[in-house]
Amino acid sequence: MQANGTVFVYGDNVDTDVIIPARYLNSSDPKHLAAHCMEDLDASFAKRVHAGDIIVGGSNFGCGSSREHAPLAIKSSGISCVIAKSFARIFYRNSINIGLPILECAQAAESIRQGDEIAVNFESGVITNQTRGETYQAEPFPEFIRQIIGSDGLLNSLSK
Amino acid sequence: MAMTMTQKILAAHAGLSQVRAGQLIRAKVDLVLGNDITTPVAINEFEKHKLGSVFSKDKIAIVLDHFAPNKDIKAAEQSKQCRAFAKSNGISHFYDVGDMGIEHALLPEKGLVAAGEAVIGADSHTCTYGALGAFSTGVGSTDMAAGMATGECWFKVPSAIRVHLTGKPQKWVGGKDVVLSLIGRIGVDGARYKSLEFTGEGVAELSMDDRFAISNMAIEAGAKNGIFPVDEKTAAYMKGRVTRAYQVYEPDGDADYDETVEINLSELRPVVACPHLPSNTKPVDQVNNVKIDQVVIGSCTNGRLSDLKIAAALMRGRKVAEDVRVIVIPATQHIYREAMRLGYLDTFIQAGCAVSTPTCGPCLGGHMGILADGERAVATTNRNFVGRMGHPGSEVYLAGPAVAAASAVFGRIASPEELEQEGN
Ligand code: SF4
Repeated sequence: MQANGTVFVYGDNVDTDVIIPARYLNSSDPKHLAAHCMEDLDASFAKRVHAGDIIVGGSNFGCGSSREHAPLAIKSSGISCVIAKSFARIFYRNSINIGLPILECAQAAESIRQGDEIAVNFESGVITNQTRGETYQAEPFPEFIRQIIGSDGLLNSLSK
Repeated sequence: MAMTMTQKILAAHAGLSQVRAGQLIRAKVDLVLGNDITTPVAINEFEKHKLGSVFSKDKIAIVLDHFAPNKDIKAAEQSKQCRAFAKSNGISHFYDVGDMGIEHALLPEKGLVAAGEAVIGADSHTCTYGALGAFSTGVGSTDMAAGMATGECWFKVPSAIRVHLTGKPQKWVGGKDVVLSLIGRIGVDGARYKSLEFTGEGVAELSMDDRFAISNMAIEAGAKNGIFPVDEKTAAYMKGRVTRAYQVYEPDGDADYDETVEINLSELRPVVACPHLPSNTKPVDQVNNVKIDQVVIGSCTNGRLSDLKIAAALMRGRKVAEDVRVIVIPATQHIYREAMRLGYLDTFIQAGCAVSTPTCGPCLGGHMGILADGERAVATTNRNFVGRMGHPGSEVYLAGPAVAAASAVFGRIASPEELEQEGN
Protein backbone atom coordinates (compact mmCIF):
# COMPACT_ATOMS: atom_id res chain seq x y z
CA MET A 1 0.00 0.00 0.00
CA GLN A 2 1.32 3.33 -1.06
CA ALA A 3 0.19 6.98 -1.19
CA ASN A 4 1.54 9.46 -3.67
CA GLY A 5 0.67 13.12 -4.02
CA THR A 6 1.12 16.82 -3.55
CA VAL A 7 1.26 18.18 -0.02
CA PHE A 8 -0.95 20.69 1.75
CA VAL A 9 0.82 21.92 4.91
CA TYR A 10 -1.10 23.18 7.95
CA GLY A 11 0.10 24.15 11.43
CA ASP A 12 -0.45 23.00 15.02
CA ASN A 13 -3.80 22.31 16.69
CA VAL A 14 -5.91 21.97 13.54
CA ASP A 15 -9.25 21.29 15.24
CA THR A 16 -12.25 19.35 13.99
CA ASP A 17 -14.24 22.58 13.80
CA VAL A 18 -12.02 23.96 11.04
CA ILE A 19 -11.77 20.56 9.34
CA ILE A 20 -15.55 20.50 9.05
CA PRO A 21 -17.51 23.34 10.71
CA ALA A 22 -20.49 22.37 12.88
CA ARG A 23 -22.86 24.21 10.53
CA TYR A 24 -22.36 21.46 7.96
CA LEU A 25 -23.04 18.54 10.29
CA ASN A 26 -26.68 18.40 9.28
CA SER A 27 -25.63 15.76 6.76
CA SER A 28 -23.03 13.03 6.74
CA ASP A 29 -23.08 12.72 2.93
CA PRO A 30 -19.38 12.43 1.96
CA LYS A 31 -19.73 14.78 -1.06
CA HIS A 32 -21.32 17.47 1.10
CA LEU A 33 -18.58 17.12 3.72
CA ALA A 34 -15.81 17.18 1.09
CA ALA A 35 -17.19 20.39 -0.41
CA HIS A 36 -16.67 22.20 2.92
CA CYS A 37 -13.52 20.45 4.14
CA MET A 38 -10.98 22.87 5.72
CA GLU A 39 -13.19 25.78 4.66
CA ASP A 40 -12.55 27.99 7.71
CA LEU A 41 -8.78 27.49 7.53
CA ASP A 42 -8.11 27.35 3.79
CA ALA A 43 -11.11 28.36 1.68
CA SER A 44 -9.47 27.19 -1.57
CA PHE A 45 -8.65 23.67 -0.33
CA ALA A 46 -11.74 21.99 -1.77
CA LYS A 47 -11.06 23.52 -5.20
CA ARG A 48 -7.35 22.73 -5.32
CA VAL A 49 -7.22 19.23 -3.83
CA HIS A 50 -6.71 16.28 -6.18
CA ALA A 51 -7.28 12.61 -5.52
CA GLY A 52 -4.19 11.20 -3.79
CA ASP A 53 -2.96 14.44 -2.25
CA ILE A 54 -1.54 14.45 1.26
CA ILE A 55 -2.04 16.70 4.29
CA VAL A 56 0.87 17.43 6.61
CA GLY A 57 0.01 18.97 9.98
CA GLY A 58 1.84 19.99 13.15
CA SER A 59 1.07 18.77 16.63
CA ASN A 60 -2.35 17.86 18.07
CA PHE A 61 -3.99 17.50 14.63
CA GLY A 62 -7.74 16.83 14.88
CA CYS A 63 -8.27 18.16 18.41
CA GLY A 64 -11.68 19.28 19.65
CA SER A 65 -14.98 17.53 19.27
CA SER A 66 -15.10 13.80 18.58
CA ARG A 67 -17.13 14.13 15.35
CA GLU A 68 -16.38 11.24 12.99
CA HIS A 69 -17.38 13.67 10.21
CA ALA A 70 -13.90 15.27 10.34
CA PRO A 71 -11.78 12.37 9.06
CA LEU A 72 -14.67 11.51 6.74
CA ALA A 73 -14.53 14.98 5.16
CA ILE A 74 -10.76 14.68 4.62
CA LYS A 75 -11.04 11.20 3.20
CA SER A 76 -13.89 12.04 0.85
CA SER A 77 -12.06 15.07 -0.51
CA GLY A 78 -9.54 12.60 -1.96
CA ILE A 79 -6.72 12.93 0.59
CA SER A 80 -4.78 9.67 0.64
CA CYS A 81 -2.88 10.17 3.89
CA VAL A 82 -2.40 12.63 6.75
CA ILE A 83 1.02 13.03 8.33
CA ALA A 84 1.46 15.06 11.52
CA LYS A 85 3.74 15.51 14.46
CA SER A 86 0.93 14.20 16.66
CA PHE A 87 -2.81 13.57 16.51
CA ALA A 88 -5.59 14.11 19.05
CA ARG A 89 -6.67 10.78 20.44
CA ILE A 90 -10.24 10.34 19.21
CA PHE A 91 -9.43 11.78 15.76
CA TYR A 92 -6.70 9.18 15.47
CA ARG A 93 -9.09 6.31 16.30
CA ASN A 94 -11.84 7.62 14.06
CA SER A 95 -9.47 8.02 11.10
CA ILE A 96 -8.22 4.46 11.27
CA ASN A 97 -11.74 3.18 11.83
CA ILE A 98 -13.05 4.82 8.65
CA GLY A 99 -9.99 3.79 6.65
CA LEU A 100 -8.05 7.06 6.42
CA PRO A 101 -4.31 6.33 6.78
CA ILE A 102 -2.59 8.66 9.24
CA LEU A 103 1.04 8.65 10.29
CA GLU A 104 2.92 10.35 13.09
CA CYS A 105 6.36 11.55 12.05
CA ALA A 106 7.89 14.66 13.61
CA GLN A 107 10.78 14.79 11.17
CA ALA A 108 8.49 14.69 8.14
CA ALA A 109 6.14 17.26 9.68
CA GLU A 110 9.04 19.66 10.17
CA SER A 111 10.79 19.16 6.83
CA ILE A 112 7.99 18.88 4.26
CA ARG A 113 6.86 22.12 2.60
CA GLN A 114 3.68 23.18 0.85
CA GLY A 115 3.52 21.73 -2.67
CA ASP A 116 6.20 19.05 -2.19
CA GLU A 117 5.61 15.77 -3.97
CA ILE A 118 5.87 12.87 -1.56
CA ALA A 119 5.32 9.13 -1.50
CA VAL A 120 4.37 7.13 1.58
CA ASN A 121 4.89 3.42 1.96
CA PHE A 122 2.53 2.10 4.63
CA GLU A 123 4.31 -1.24 4.95
CA SER A 124 7.74 0.19 5.73
CA GLY A 125 6.67 3.58 7.13
CA VAL A 126 9.14 5.28 4.79
CA ILE A 127 8.10 8.72 3.54
CA THR A 128 10.00 9.87 0.44
CA ASN A 129 10.13 13.55 -0.41
CA GLN A 130 10.66 13.52 -4.17
CA THR A 131 10.91 17.31 -4.40
CA ARG A 132 13.73 17.57 -1.86
CA GLY A 133 15.31 14.15 -2.23
CA GLU A 134 14.84 13.34 1.45
CA THR A 135 13.37 10.37 3.30
CA TYR A 136 11.80 10.19 6.75
CA GLN A 137 10.97 7.12 8.81
CA ALA A 138 7.54 6.85 10.46
CA GLU A 139 6.44 3.92 12.59
CA PRO A 140 4.85 1.51 10.08
CA PHE A 141 1.33 0.19 10.69
CA PRO A 142 1.11 -3.32 12.06
CA GLU A 143 -0.59 -5.89 9.86
CA PHE A 144 -4.08 -5.58 11.37
CA ILE A 145 -4.21 -1.80 11.04
CA ARG A 146 -3.14 -2.20 7.39
CA GLN A 147 -6.00 -4.63 7.03
CA ILE A 148 -8.51 -2.13 8.45
CA ILE A 149 -7.27 0.62 6.15
CA GLY A 150 -7.00 -1.78 3.20
CA SER A 151 -10.61 -2.89 3.57
CA ASP A 152 -11.78 0.72 3.80
CA GLY A 153 -12.59 0.79 7.49
CA LEU A 154 -12.97 -1.28 10.62
CA LEU A 155 -16.48 -2.53 10.01
CA ASN A 156 -15.84 -3.49 6.38
CA SER A 157 -12.89 -5.51 7.65
CA LEU A 158 -15.27 -7.43 9.92
CA SER A 159 -18.20 -7.85 7.51
CA LYS A 160 -19.14 -11.41 6.92
CA MET B 1 11.58 -3.30 29.30
CA ALA B 2 9.78 -1.84 32.31
CA MET B 3 6.08 -1.12 31.93
CA THR B 4 3.53 1.21 33.53
CA MET B 5 0.41 -0.22 35.19
CA THR B 6 -1.68 0.59 32.12
CA GLN B 7 0.87 -1.00 29.78
CA LYS B 8 0.84 -4.20 31.84
CA ILE B 9 -2.93 -4.52 31.62
CA LEU B 10 -2.88 -3.85 27.89
CA ALA B 11 -0.07 -6.35 27.31
CA ALA B 12 -1.99 -9.04 29.19
CA HIS B 13 -5.14 -8.39 27.17
CA ALA B 14 -3.18 -8.43 23.91
CA GLY B 15 -1.54 -11.74 24.80
CA LEU B 16 1.91 -10.12 24.70
CA SER B 17 4.64 -10.33 27.30
CA GLN B 18 5.59 -6.75 26.68
CA VAL B 19 4.33 -3.58 25.00
CA ARG B 20 5.88 -0.16 24.61
CA ALA B 21 4.47 3.35 24.24
CA GLY B 22 3.34 4.11 20.70
CA GLN B 23 2.85 0.47 19.73
CA LEU B 24 -0.46 -0.41 18.08
CA ILE B 25 -2.04 -3.53 19.49
CA ARG B 26 -5.26 -5.48 19.33
CA ALA B 27 -6.54 -6.48 22.76
CA LYS B 28 -9.42 -8.43 24.23
CA VAL B 29 -11.87 -6.41 26.27
CA ASP B 30 -13.82 -7.58 29.31
CA LEU B 31 -16.75 -5.23 28.80
CA VAL B 32 -18.21 -3.07 26.01
CA LEU B 33 -20.46 -0.23 27.16
CA GLY B 34 -22.96 1.98 25.38
CA ASN B 35 -25.73 4.40 26.34
CA ASP B 36 -29.00 5.58 24.84
CA ILE B 37 -27.23 8.13 22.60
CA THR B 38 -24.24 6.17 21.30
CA THR B 39 -25.71 2.66 21.16
CA PRO B 40 -28.28 3.39 18.40
CA VAL B 41 -25.46 4.61 16.10
CA ALA B 42 -23.48 1.46 16.89
CA ILE B 43 -26.53 -0.75 16.31
CA ASN B 44 -27.09 0.86 12.89
CA GLU B 45 -23.48 0.14 11.91
CA PHE B 46 -23.64 -3.34 13.42
CA GLU B 47 -26.68 -4.16 11.33
CA LYS B 48 -25.57 -2.37 8.16
CA HIS B 49 -22.37 -4.38 8.08
CA LYS B 50 -24.17 -7.61 9.00
CA LEU B 51 -21.84 -8.32 11.91
CA GLY B 52 -24.07 -11.21 12.99
CA SER B 53 -24.35 -11.89 16.70
CA VAL B 54 -22.65 -10.30 19.70
CA PHE B 55 -19.43 -11.87 20.98
CA SER B 56 -20.83 -12.41 24.47
CA LYS B 57 -24.21 -11.48 25.87
CA ASP B 58 -22.69 -11.11 29.35
CA LYS B 59 -19.89 -8.72 28.39
CA ILE B 60 -21.93 -5.90 26.93
CA ALA B 61 -23.63 -3.26 29.05
CA ILE B 62 -26.27 -0.93 27.67
CA VAL B 63 -27.54 1.79 29.99
CA LEU B 64 -30.36 4.17 29.13
CA ASP B 65 -29.32 7.20 31.16
CA HIS B 66 -28.72 10.31 29.07
CA PHE B 67 -32.20 11.27 27.93
CA ALA B 68 -34.03 8.70 30.06
CA PRO B 69 -36.72 8.68 31.35
CA ASN B 70 -37.34 9.65 27.72
CA LYS B 71 -37.36 13.41 27.35
CA ASP B 72 -39.05 13.54 23.94
CA ILE B 73 -40.19 11.41 21.03
CA LYS B 74 -36.75 11.15 19.41
CA ALA B 75 -35.25 10.00 22.72
CA ALA B 76 -38.06 7.48 23.11
CA GLU B 77 -37.29 6.06 19.65
CA GLN B 78 -33.62 5.69 20.54
CA SER B 79 -34.41 3.92 23.81
CA LYS B 80 -36.82 1.67 21.97
CA GLN B 81 -34.11 0.68 19.49
CA CYS B 82 -31.68 -0.15 22.33
CA ARG B 83 -34.34 -2.17 24.14
CA ALA B 84 -35.14 -4.23 21.05
CA PHE B 85 -31.46 -4.89 20.32
CA ALA B 86 -30.78 -5.89 23.94
CA LYS B 87 -33.75 -8.25 23.91
CA SER B 88 -33.01 -9.91 20.59
CA ASN B 89 -29.36 -10.41 21.52
CA GLY B 90 -30.11 -11.51 25.10
CA ILE B 91 -27.86 -8.76 26.58
CA SER B 92 -27.84 -9.53 30.31
CA HIS B 93 -26.60 -6.13 31.51
CA PHE B 94 -29.30 -3.94 30.08
CA TYR B 95 -30.51 -1.16 32.39
CA ASP B 96 -33.76 0.65 31.76
CA VAL B 97 -35.86 3.11 33.77
CA GLY B 98 -36.54 1.69 37.22
CA ASP B 99 -33.21 -0.05 37.69
CA MET B 100 -30.87 2.15 35.72
CA GLY B 101 -28.41 4.69 37.01
CA ILE B 102 -25.77 6.89 35.41
CA GLU B 103 -23.56 4.36 33.63
CA HIS B 104 -20.23 5.22 35.25
CA ALA B 105 -21.67 5.04 38.76
CA LEU B 106 -23.77 1.99 37.95
CA LEU B 107 -21.20 -0.37 36.44
CA PRO B 108 -18.78 -0.38 39.40
CA GLU B 109 -21.70 -0.60 41.83
CA LYS B 110 -23.04 -3.70 40.04
CA GLY B 111 -19.60 -5.30 40.05
CA LEU B 112 -19.37 -5.23 36.25
CA VAL B 113 -15.83 -3.86 36.34
CA ALA B 114 -12.95 -5.27 38.40
CA ALA B 115 -9.28 -4.50 38.92
CA GLY B 116 -7.04 -5.49 36.03
CA GLU B 117 -9.83 -5.62 33.45
CA ALA B 118 -9.98 -3.76 30.13
CA VAL B 119 -13.17 -1.87 29.31
CA ILE B 120 -14.23 0.24 26.34
CA GLY B 121 -17.30 2.42 26.28
CA ALA B 122 -18.90 4.62 23.68
CA ASP B 123 -18.84 7.47 26.16
CA SER B 124 -15.85 9.64 26.94
CA HIS B 125 -16.13 9.24 30.71
CA THR B 126 -15.61 5.48 30.53
CA CYS B 127 -12.21 6.30 32.05
CA THR B 128 -13.98 6.38 35.47
CA TYR B 129 -13.17 2.72 36.20
CA GLY B 130 -9.47 3.49 36.50
CA ALA B 131 -10.39 4.08 40.15
CA LEU B 132 -10.71 0.29 40.47
CA GLY B 133 -7.30 -0.36 38.95
CA ALA B 134 -8.84 -1.28 35.59
CA PHE B 135 -7.88 0.03 32.15
CA SER B 136 -10.91 1.77 30.69
CA THR B 137 -11.30 4.35 27.97
CA GLY B 138 -13.86 6.10 25.80
CA VAL B 139 -14.21 5.22 22.11
CA GLY B 140 -16.52 5.99 19.17
CA SER B 141 -19.69 4.22 18.08
CA THR B 142 -17.80 2.40 15.31
CA ASP B 143 -15.50 0.94 17.97
CA MET B 144 -18.50 -0.10 20.04
CA ALA B 145 -20.05 -1.89 17.06
CA ALA B 146 -16.81 -3.73 16.37
CA GLY B 147 -16.32 -4.46 20.08
CA MET B 148 -19.78 -5.99 20.37
CA ALA B 149 -19.04 -8.24 17.40
CA THR B 150 -15.50 -9.33 18.25
CA GLY B 151 -14.83 -8.63 21.93
CA GLU B 152 -11.68 -6.88 20.83
CA CYS B 153 -10.46 -3.37 20.25
CA TRP B 154 -7.30 -1.86 18.84
CA PHE B 155 -5.24 0.52 20.95
CA LYS B 156 -2.19 2.66 20.68
CA VAL B 157 -0.20 1.92 23.83
CA PRO B 158 0.01 5.16 25.83
CA SER B 159 2.97 6.61 27.68
CA ALA B 160 2.14 7.97 31.12
CA ILE B 161 2.31 10.91 33.47
CA ARG B 162 2.76 9.96 37.11
CA VAL B 163 0.66 11.98 39.54
CA HIS B 164 2.32 11.55 42.90
CA LEU B 165 -0.03 12.28 45.80
CA THR B 166 1.17 13.07 49.30
CA GLY B 167 -0.49 14.47 52.43
CA LYS B 168 -4.05 14.31 53.63
CA PRO B 169 -6.83 16.52 52.25
CA GLN B 170 -8.42 19.11 54.54
CA LYS B 171 -11.99 18.74 55.69
CA TRP B 172 -13.91 20.11 52.71
CA VAL B 173 -11.50 19.00 49.97
CA GLY B 174 -12.64 15.99 47.93
CA GLY B 175 -11.75 14.10 44.76
CA LYS B 176 -13.26 16.81 42.58
CA ASP B 177 -10.94 19.44 44.06
CA VAL B 178 -7.96 17.16 43.49
CA VAL B 179 -8.75 16.54 39.83
CA LEU B 180 -9.74 20.14 39.06
CA SER B 181 -6.47 21.30 40.64
CA LEU B 182 -4.57 18.81 38.48
CA ILE B 183 -6.34 19.91 35.27
CA GLY B 184 -5.74 23.54 36.22
CA ARG B 185 -2.05 22.78 36.37
CA ILE B 186 -1.52 20.62 33.28
CA GLY B 187 -4.31 21.99 31.04
CA VAL B 188 -7.08 20.36 29.02
CA ASP B 189 -4.58 18.63 26.71
CA GLY B 190 -1.80 18.21 29.26
CA ALA B 191 -2.18 14.44 29.21
CA ARG B 192 -3.24 14.04 25.57
CA TYR B 193 -3.01 10.41 24.52
CA LYS B 194 -1.37 9.47 27.82
CA SER B 195 -2.28 7.60 30.96
CA LEU B 196 -2.48 9.41 34.25
CA GLU B 197 -1.13 7.02 36.86
CA PHE B 198 -1.76 7.99 40.48
CA THR B 199 0.78 6.93 43.08
CA GLY B 200 2.02 7.91 46.52
CA GLU B 201 0.90 7.61 50.11
CA GLY B 202 -1.78 10.25 49.50
CA VAL B 203 -3.82 7.65 47.58
CA ALA B 204 -4.73 5.90 50.85
CA GLU B 205 -6.29 9.15 52.09
CA LEU B 206 -8.80 9.16 49.24
CA SER B 207 -12.10 7.29 49.45
CA MET B 208 -13.30 5.18 46.52
CA ASP B 209 -15.82 7.91 45.67
CA ASP B 210 -12.96 10.45 45.58
CA ARG B 211 -11.02 8.17 43.25
CA PHE B 212 -14.02 7.66 40.95
CA ALA B 213 -14.40 11.44 40.64
CA ILE B 214 -10.69 11.82 39.83
CA SER B 215 -10.51 9.03 37.23
CA ASN B 216 -13.79 10.27 35.75
CA MET B 217 -12.23 13.59 34.78
CA ALA B 218 -8.96 12.20 33.38
CA ILE B 219 -10.47 12.81 29.92
CA GLU B 220 -10.79 16.50 30.78
CA ALA B 221 -6.98 16.62 30.73
CA GLY B 222 -7.04 14.81 27.36
CA ALA B 223 -5.91 11.54 28.94
CA LYS B 224 -6.70 8.12 27.57
CA ASN B 225 -7.19 6.75 31.08
CA GLY B 226 -6.53 7.64 34.71
CA ILE B 227 -5.63 4.72 36.91
CA PHE B 228 -5.20 4.10 40.65
CA PRO B 229 -3.25 1.36 42.39
CA VAL B 230 -5.34 -1.37 44.02
CA ASP B 231 -5.32 -1.23 47.83
CA GLU B 232 -7.49 -2.36 50.74
CA LYS B 233 -10.13 0.23 49.96
CA THR B 234 -10.41 -1.05 46.38
CA ALA B 235 -10.62 -4.64 47.57
CA ALA B 236 -13.26 -3.72 50.16
CA TYR B 237 -15.30 -1.95 47.48
CA MET B 238 -15.19 -4.94 45.14
CA LYS B 239 -16.00 -7.43 47.88
CA GLY B 240 -19.58 -8.62 47.54
CA ARG B 241 -19.86 -6.87 44.18
CA VAL B 242 -17.32 -8.70 42.04
CA THR B 243 -17.68 -12.46 42.29
CA ARG B 244 -15.18 -13.48 39.59
CA ALA B 245 -11.42 -13.66 40.06
CA TYR B 246 -9.54 -10.50 39.23
CA GLN B 247 -5.93 -9.57 38.85
CA VAL B 248 -3.98 -6.78 40.49
CA TYR B 249 -1.30 -5.07 38.38
CA GLU B 250 1.43 -2.78 39.60
CA PRO B 251 3.77 -0.60 37.56
CA ASP B 252 7.38 -1.75 37.40
CA GLY B 253 9.60 0.12 39.82
CA ASP B 254 11.67 1.50 36.98
CA ALA B 255 8.75 2.19 34.63
CA ASP B 256 9.30 5.13 32.33
CA TYR B 257 7.10 8.20 32.95
CA ASP B 258 7.06 11.26 30.70
CA GLU B 259 6.88 13.44 33.79
CA THR B 260 5.86 13.42 37.43
CA VAL B 261 3.35 15.88 38.84
CA GLU B 262 3.53 16.25 42.61
CA ILE B 263 0.35 17.12 44.49
CA ASN B 264 0.36 17.66 48.24
CA LEU B 265 -3.27 17.01 49.17
CA SER B 266 -2.97 18.93 52.42
CA GLU B 267 -2.27 22.14 50.49
CA LEU B 268 -5.41 22.02 48.34
CA ARG B 269 -8.41 24.30 48.79
CA PRO B 270 -11.89 23.65 47.42
CA VAL B 271 -11.72 24.89 43.84
CA VAL B 272 -14.13 26.04 41.17
CA ALA B 273 -13.61 25.70 37.40
CA CYS B 274 -14.92 28.88 35.82
CA PRO B 275 -16.48 29.06 32.34
CA HIS B 276 -15.72 27.71 29.79
CA LEU B 277 -12.95 25.19 30.43
CA PRO B 278 -12.39 22.65 33.22
CA SER B 279 -8.80 23.96 33.41
CA ASN B 280 -9.99 27.46 34.30
CA THR B 281 -9.73 26.76 38.02
CA LYS B 282 -9.67 29.17 40.94
CA PRO B 283 -9.76 28.68 44.70
CA VAL B 284 -13.39 29.11 45.77
CA ASP B 285 -12.45 32.14 47.89
CA GLN B 286 -11.55 34.10 44.75
CA VAL B 287 -14.91 33.70 43.05
CA ASN B 288 -17.34 33.95 45.94
CA ASN B 289 -19.09 37.04 44.64
CA VAL B 290 -20.59 35.30 41.60
CA LYS B 291 -24.40 35.21 41.78
CA ILE B 292 -26.08 32.02 40.61
CA ASP B 293 -29.47 30.85 39.38
CA GLN B 294 -29.16 27.09 39.67
CA VAL B 295 -27.25 24.35 41.45
CA VAL B 296 -26.99 20.77 40.19
CA ILE B 297 -25.71 18.07 42.51
CA GLY B 298 -25.33 14.80 40.61
CA SER B 299 -23.67 13.22 37.52
CA CYS B 300 -21.12 10.45 37.00
CA THR B 301 -18.54 12.65 38.74
CA ASN B 302 -20.30 13.56 41.99
CA GLY B 303 -23.68 11.87 42.27
CA ARG B 304 -22.51 9.18 44.70
CA LEU B 305 -23.61 8.58 48.27
CA SER B 306 -20.70 10.39 49.93
CA ASP B 307 -21.36 13.43 47.72
CA LEU B 308 -24.98 13.51 48.85
CA LYS B 309 -23.87 13.02 52.44
CA ILE B 310 -21.62 16.09 52.28
CA ALA B 311 -24.30 18.22 50.63
CA ALA B 312 -26.96 17.07 53.11
CA ALA B 313 -24.73 17.78 56.09
CA LEU B 314 -24.31 21.37 54.91
CA MET B 315 -27.96 21.91 54.02
CA ARG B 316 -29.51 20.32 57.09
CA GLY B 317 -31.78 22.81 58.81
CA ARG B 318 -31.04 25.46 56.18
CA LYS B 319 -32.93 26.78 53.19
CA VAL B 320 -31.98 27.20 49.57
CA ALA B 321 -31.54 30.89 48.74
CA GLU B 322 -34.43 32.69 47.16
CA ASP B 323 -34.28 32.74 43.36
CA VAL B 324 -32.03 29.66 43.18
CA ARG B 325 -33.23 26.30 41.85
CA VAL B 326 -31.41 23.32 43.30
CA ILE B 327 -31.63 19.94 41.61
CA VAL B 328 -30.27 16.86 43.34
CA ILE B 329 -29.85 13.69 41.28
CA PRO B 330 -28.64 10.51 43.01
CA ALA B 331 -26.58 8.65 40.40
CA THR B 332 -28.18 5.20 40.82
CA GLN B 333 -31.30 3.62 42.29
CA HIS B 334 -29.17 2.07 45.03
CA ILE B 335 -27.72 5.47 45.98
CA TYR B 336 -31.23 6.94 45.84
CA ARG B 337 -32.56 4.36 48.31
CA GLU B 338 -29.60 4.71 50.64
CA ALA B 339 -29.93 8.50 50.60
CA MET B 340 -33.60 8.08 51.42
CA ARG B 341 -32.90 5.63 54.26
CA LEU B 342 -30.27 7.95 55.74
CA GLY B 343 -32.59 10.96 55.59
CA TYR B 344 -30.53 12.95 53.05
CA LEU B 345 -33.38 13.24 50.59
CA ASP B 346 -35.67 14.57 53.27
CA THR B 347 -33.06 17.16 54.19
CA PHE B 348 -32.82 18.27 50.56
CA ILE B 349 -36.57 18.49 50.10
CA GLN B 350 -37.03 20.41 53.35
CA ALA B 351 -34.33 22.84 52.23
CA GLY B 352 -36.26 23.44 49.02
CA CYS B 353 -34.40 21.24 46.52
CA ALA B 354 -35.92 19.13 43.77
CA VAL B 355 -34.83 15.48 43.96
CA SER B 356 -34.86 13.50 40.72
CA THR B 357 -34.71 9.87 39.65
CA PRO B 358 -31.23 8.96 38.29
CA THR B 359 -30.45 10.52 34.89
CA CYS B 360 -27.65 12.45 33.17
CA GLY B 361 -30.29 15.07 32.43
CA PRO B 362 -28.90 18.58 32.98
CA CYS B 363 -25.22 17.53 32.86
CA LEU B 364 -25.26 17.56 29.06
CA GLY B 365 -28.06 20.06 28.67
CA GLY B 366 -30.47 17.23 27.96
CA HIS B 367 -33.42 17.80 30.28
CA MET B 368 -34.30 18.30 33.98
CA GLY B 369 -32.74 21.75 34.41
CA ILE B 370 -31.74 23.51 31.20
CA LEU B 371 -30.30 27.01 31.60
CA ALA B 372 -31.66 30.13 29.86
CA ASP B 373 -29.56 32.88 28.27
CA GLY B 374 -27.41 34.65 30.84
CA GLU B 375 -28.11 32.16 33.64
CA ARG B 376 -25.36 30.75 35.82
CA ALA B 377 -25.11 27.39 37.51
CA VAL B 378 -22.80 25.75 39.98
CA ALA B 379 -22.68 22.07 39.09
CA THR B 380 -20.90 19.02 40.41
CA THR B 381 -20.67 17.77 36.80
CA ASN B 382 -17.50 17.61 34.69
CA ARG B 383 -17.77 19.93 31.68
CA ASN B 384 -18.40 23.65 31.49
CA PHE B 385 -18.03 24.19 27.73
CA VAL B 386 -20.10 26.89 26.02
CA GLY B 387 -23.75 25.81 26.03
CA ARG B 388 -23.08 22.55 27.87
CA MET B 389 -26.06 22.97 30.18
CA GLY B 390 -28.38 24.88 27.88
CA HIS B 391 -28.29 28.27 26.13
CA PRO B 392 -24.88 29.23 24.65
CA GLY B 393 -25.16 32.41 26.71
CA SER B 394 -25.37 30.49 30.00
CA GLU B 395 -22.45 29.67 32.28
CA VAL B 396 -21.43 26.61 34.29
CA TYR B 397 -19.07 26.68 37.27
CA LEU B 398 -17.76 23.23 38.20
CA ALA B 399 -17.25 22.36 41.86
CA GLY B 400 -17.49 19.57 44.39
CA PRO B 401 -20.60 18.87 46.49
CA ALA B 402 -19.49 21.01 49.47
CA VAL B 403 -19.11 24.19 47.42
CA ALA B 404 -22.32 23.37 45.51
CA ALA B 405 -24.32 23.02 48.73
CA ALA B 406 -22.88 26.18 50.29
CA SER B 407 -23.57 28.08 47.07
CA ALA B 408 -27.16 26.82 47.07
CA VAL B 409 -27.73 28.34 50.51
CA PHE B 410 -26.04 31.68 49.76
CA GLY B 411 -27.31 32.12 46.20
CA ARG B 412 -23.77 32.89 45.11
CA ILE B 413 -20.59 30.87 44.89
CA ALA B 414 -19.57 30.17 48.48
CA SER B 415 -17.19 28.03 50.46
CA PRO B 416 -18.42 25.52 53.03
CA GLU B 417 -16.44 27.39 55.70
CA GLU B 418 -18.53 30.51 55.15
CA LEU B 419 -21.60 28.44 55.88
CA GLU B 420 -20.06 26.94 59.02
CA GLN B 421 -18.99 30.36 60.30
CA GLU B 422 -22.49 31.64 59.83
CA GLY B 423 -23.41 29.18 62.60
CA ASN B 424 -27.11 28.36 62.73
S1 SF4 C 1 -23.50 12.38 33.84
FE1 SF4 C 1 -22.81 13.80 32.26
S2 SF4 C 1 -20.68 13.33 31.84
FE2 SF4 C 1 -21.57 11.61 33.02
S3 SF4 C 1 -22.21 10.13 31.46
FE3 SF4 C 1 -23.95 11.44 31.90
S4 SF4 C 1 -23.83 13.12 30.39
FE4 SF4 C 1 -21.83 12.10 30.41
